[in-house]
Amino acid sequence: MHELGLTRGIVAACAERAQGRAVRVVRLKIGSFAGVELQALRFCFELCAEGTLVEGAELAIEEIAGCGECGECGARVSLDSPIAICPCERRARLKVVSGDELMLESMEVDDV
Amino acid sequence: MCETCGCDGDGATIHGREGTHTHVLPDGSKVTHSHGQASPEPDDAGRSHSHSHPQRESIRLEQRLLEKNEQLAERNRAFFLGRRLTSINLMSSPGSGKTSLLERTLREATGKFAVLEGDQETNNDAARIRATGVSVVQINTGKGCHLEADMVWHGVQELDPEPGTTLFIENVGNLVCPALFDLGERARVVLFSVTEGEDKPLKYPNMFRRAQLILLTKTDLLPYLDFRVADAQGAIDRIAPDARVLQLSTKSGDGLDAWYAWLEELQGPD
Repeated sequence: MHELGLTRGIVAACAERAQGRAVRVVRLKIGSFAGVELQALRFCFELCAEGTLVEGAELAIEEIAGCGECGECGARVSLDSPIAICPCERRARLKVVSGDELMLESMEVDDV
Repeated sequence: MCETCGCDGDGATIHGREGTHTHVLPDGSKVTHSHGQASPEPDDAGRSHSHSHPQRESIRLEQRLLEKNEQLAERNRAFFLGRRLTSINLMSSPGSGKTSLLERTLREATGKFAVLEGDQETNNDAARIRATGVSVVQINTGKGCHLEADMVWHGVQELDPEPGTTLFIENVGNLVCPALFDLGERARVVLFSVTEGEDKPLKYPNMFRRAQLILLTKTDLLPYLDFRVADAQGAIDRIAPDARVLQLSTKSGDGLDAWYAWLEELQGPD
């Protein structure tokens, strides 16, 4: 349940930057193999937001698909998990270029 | 000036759900909007955009969720470096043999050692380590399922190891959460016992992909199991092709010499 700790951090960061204004939307980018359970994150978000400026805010999560780049030909392949070897015949090294994202992107607050 | 429009980026850059992006207006305020929706195009001087929530301000944060832990891990790394500590983050499922391996290693390997024990509850593991004569601090994470950099910081301050010590950090038995949290360690060692499935690395790739060393443990049990070492190696090769893999049995002692040699290599000349 590291989602709880992550969510506490999200709520704290948003509340700090909101400067007293109500937060309406919190936008995250989460990679498909970042190791975060989105359902748990949403559950924790509601709990953690209670009684803060973030209470009631919509949690907008953009899921980033996993993608690897072939070390030999540069081709990009979509990945369901962060494998390091291309599934193609040449079995070349793959560099993960997306799928690990864990970002607090932005938020929307009420204008005063 | 638009912060994200026209950004060439790469495949990993996606400009917000439904194509939203942010403009910084001449007065420094920011507006997030998207084209192709109900929002009209900019008026005369591009001074203002109407957007879907006119009473709201969008604030760009662009903050990594693990940023705080990463900063604290850097502090640990600097401390370890300053003290010439060789720090090793030991991770595995519960019951893969981390504490047993440590007990025997502390008695047999050469060098100065200290241990941080991470568990949700009890001091049982610390008591086992203490019985070897090595100093140990137990960190109980309570509801937490992993060690974080600040816990290690406090633990190591308490432990106060002398320069040149090899510091084992035994993480909470868990293949998921500990993988995400950098502790500032020099090496990540993952134990994988032969009583588990050969496909563990494929099921928990985040744990295995960043390991420098993978220890296949309890190999004394191989004759009684259907575990196929070649399949396990194949799974590791797909996820962590650069990791060293050693087979060992803490019980019989087979393979321990290679583990001790790896430790000495990591410790470097002192």
